[in-house]
Amino acid sequence: MKAKNEVGIKGYAGYVPKYRVTPEEIGDVWGKDGKTMGKGLRVESKSVPSPDEDVVTISTQAAKWAMRRADIKGEDLEAIYVGSESHPYAVKPTATIVAASLAASPHMTAADYEFACKAGTAAFQTCMGLVSSGMIENGMAIGADTSQGAPGDALEYTAAAGGAAYVIGSDDLLAKIEETISYTTDTPDFWRREGEKYPQHGGRFTGKPAYFKHIMNCTEKMLERTGKEPEDYDYAVFHQPNGKFPVKAAKKLGFSKEQLEPGLLVTHIGNTYSGAVPLGLAATLDQAEPGDNILVTSYGSGAGSDSFDIMVTDNIEKMKDSEVPTVEEVISNKEFISYSVYAKFRKKIEGGR
Amino acid sequence: MAIPRFWREIRQRYKGIGVECKNCGEIYFPPRDICPECRRESYKKMEDYELKGTGEVVTYTKVHEPHPEFKDLSPYVMAIIEMDEGVRLTGHLVDVDYEQVERGMKVEASMRKLGEESPEGLIYYGYKFWPLDTHGKD
Amino acid sequence: MRDVVIIGIGETEFGELWDRSLREIGIEAGLKAIQDAGVRGEDVEKMYIGNMSAGKLIDQEHVAPLIADYAGLSHIPSTRIESGGASGGMALSEAYKTVASGMNDIVVVGGAEKMTDVAEEEAKKILSSTADQEWETVFGATFDSLYAMMARYHMDEYGTTREQLAEVAVKNHSNASKNPSAQFPRETSKDFVMGAPPVSDPLGMFDCAPLSDGGAALVLCPAERADEFEGEPIEIVSMGEGGDTMAVHEREDIGTLKATKRAAKMAYERAGITSQDIDFAEVHDNFTITEIMAIEDLGFFEKGEGGPATEEGKTRLNDEISVNTSGGLKAKGRPVGAVGISQAIEAVQQLREDAGDRQVEDPEYGLTHNMGGTGSSAVVHIFRRWS
Repeated sequence: MKAKNEVGIKGYAGYVPKYRVTPEEIGDVWGKDGKTMGKGLRVESKSVPSPDEDVVTISTQAAKWAMRRADIKGEDLEAIYVGSESHPYAVKPTATIVAASLAASPHMTAADYEFACKAGTAAFQTCMGLVSSGMIENGMAIGADTSQGAPGDALEYTAAAGGAAYVIGSDDLLAKIEETISYTTDTPDFWRREGEKYPQHGGRFTGKPAYFKHIMNCTEKMLERTGKEPEDYDYAVFHQPNGKFPVKAAKKLGFSKEQLEPGLLVTHIGNTYSGAVPLGLAATLDQAEPGDNILVTSYGSGAGSDSFDIMVTDNIEKMKDSEVPTVEEVISNKEFISYSVYAKFRKKIEGGR
Repeated sequence: MAIPRFWREIRQRYKGIGVECKNCGEIYFPPRDICPECRRESYKKMEDYELKGTGEVVTYTKVHEPHPEFKDLSPYVMAIIEMDEGVRLTGHLVDVDYEQVERGMKVEASMRKLGEESPEGLIYYGYKFWPLDTHGKD
Repeated sequence: MRDVVIIGIGETEFGELWDRSLREIGIEAGLKAIQDAGVRGEDVEKMYIGNMSAGKLIDQEHVAPLIADYAGLSHIPSTRIESGGASGGMALSEAYKTVASGMNDIVVVGGAEKMTDVAEEEAKKILSSTADQEWETVFGATFDSLYAMMARYHMDEYGTTREQLAEVAVKNHSNASKNPSAQFPRETSKDFVMGAPPVSDPLGMFDCAPLSDGGAALVLCPAERADEFEGEPIEIVSMGEGGDTMAVHEREDIGTLKATKRAAKMAYERAGITSQDIDFAEVHDNFTITEIMAIEDLGFFEKGEGGPATEEGKTRLNDEISVNTSGGLKAKGRPVGAVGISQAIEAVQQLREDAGDRQVEDPEYGLTHNMGGTGSSAVVHIFRRWS
């Protein structure tokens, strides 16, 4: 999918809650060697939202910062899409609340997306379409989650919280989105039925036929389309459910560890689901120089991948003096908590009052 | 809190929209229809004013005995904040080490969940504050 | 304006009165007051009841006629007065005004609250609703936390110390130990108060008054008719009322109770006396910090001197000024709507020299100070012996 007219990123920011719990702490409770599991998953800690944080608050904070960077006002936004698998309401859009909190409403459109971990990049593509067709000037694409793993489940070691927001427009771009492409199938690797609190997953089935198949196919198609080689890119960001998968996928595709490094946040904050790729890209943009080329591929269970070819412009320099904290700065503000406090925060203690 | 009662104040709670008296220039939050200084002169001259969102702590406390709906957060820090525009308000200080809190501490507003009607009911969002030195660049 | 006297007093036990309902509490206090005055039920022309929140606490509004009815006085016009924690004191004001104006002669004014029919945390939440629900409590402020922020401000601004706060509780418990009708008639120590579980820093459990059930009542009549009745008359010399912002954060000086200052000024002016003429005072010590602010804002001590004065013992029984000889809300008890009336009962007992071991020596003027919410309403009464 090639944009009809120039489209790209005008402002961006990531937000991650302050609290962290380690795999070791989780493993201790369930009689598992959490430390070793964490090493295997390459996750040292995962972020935990405070009880007063959810996808609305994470999205709002990231969006506020992204707007400050883009130097636009709420009324300049004509569309807001929030991608998440943990919207606070089953029915009642997150996006309307976020829009009100940014003073973007009422003359605009807003909606929520759900596509497991790639709902955020789906929001990207929608905004791109609206901007490049000339229907709107500025759109906001957000990917955020406060994902939950059932107590003791393998997911509990990584399911984390965080998100990032992007102002998508056609002028004053920090980075141009040259191309996007998707790869979509019906693959039942991970799901959550209506009304259920925790998701179910296919265990090892989530690997080869799911994550790797989609990431690889989508990225390869993108390389074919652009006619570029992996080494033509300065950076690459892949979906990161753990620290192992993206590194393995990158290697198979011919990308180096160095290309992944700035955007590989999973080690410190865990899997932020819909927030993962947007946050990884934000951290990469924090380090990027004019002319840098970034390849991004998300993955969402169910399943699909979205790839983006992004070219950083001279405007990125202006971000260096921005008042908005970098992803690294946000992540470095952290506090480790015990499993019991984590259980309280995530409402895993029954009858707690 | 009843739904309409919450909904009426969304602009104030989410965005800190107060009013400016166009007669004397004074800022008020929450909004007032009449300026207490100018009274009749200010009628129909009170215009929307969005607070910048930064301010400093005037006084504070750590709550150990919260109302039932705030128990998940307990203990937590409450403060009276003087906003840069001079208006004062009461708010929750989040992500903060109580030992570091003192009068004059710089804080910034961030939207959080204030509470909910019930597990099935409406969720209330609104401003809380965090320390500027750990959450902002300045 | 006619001179007004109190000719009868009556109160129930304060505490967790599991087997008594609001109407029973109200009736007991009222009947005791009528008996003390020696008036007959049919002499009563009007009744006022101070009550903070029967609607929320017992799901019953319109409690004044309810109590009148069950007292066998259903024909009497009766009105509930609500002003948060100052409901009792404000009810007394209304009763005083109607007698002083000549509108009514024999008036019963009571206060009653039933706080234990709901869970303790629910009762505390209801109490918090006397603060600004939309701009304070919705954000997580509790009633305790608003006073705690006043305490912190007072400490930062005027140098008041944690120890000085504790001394308020120690003194009031000491006074209560001499008061047979106190809910907590026992001494405590500074270490015990300071070591109590934290409620809202710097306030701990022993800096906070309890939540009590209880009722109190007075019989008022014009001074010119006092001779007709048995009860020893005590004059209500004057009354003052004051207001302040609903939310604490709106106040320029968070460590000053402006409504209290205004009420006191009015009461002193009307009585033609100054704060220095007062021998004893019942002040609204819902929290230890409140007593420290109140004794400053009532003019007994300079601003910032309330803490040191308390620490130096100047507010103890028969020292410079005897404050809360009854034990105060802290130790005599806090049936919210009855507090203002209960304070007046202490004033009457002191001026009648019926206060036993806690008797103030040769008192001339006594003052009561009753506050609503976080101090957004306040009422002050001044009393002396009728002669």
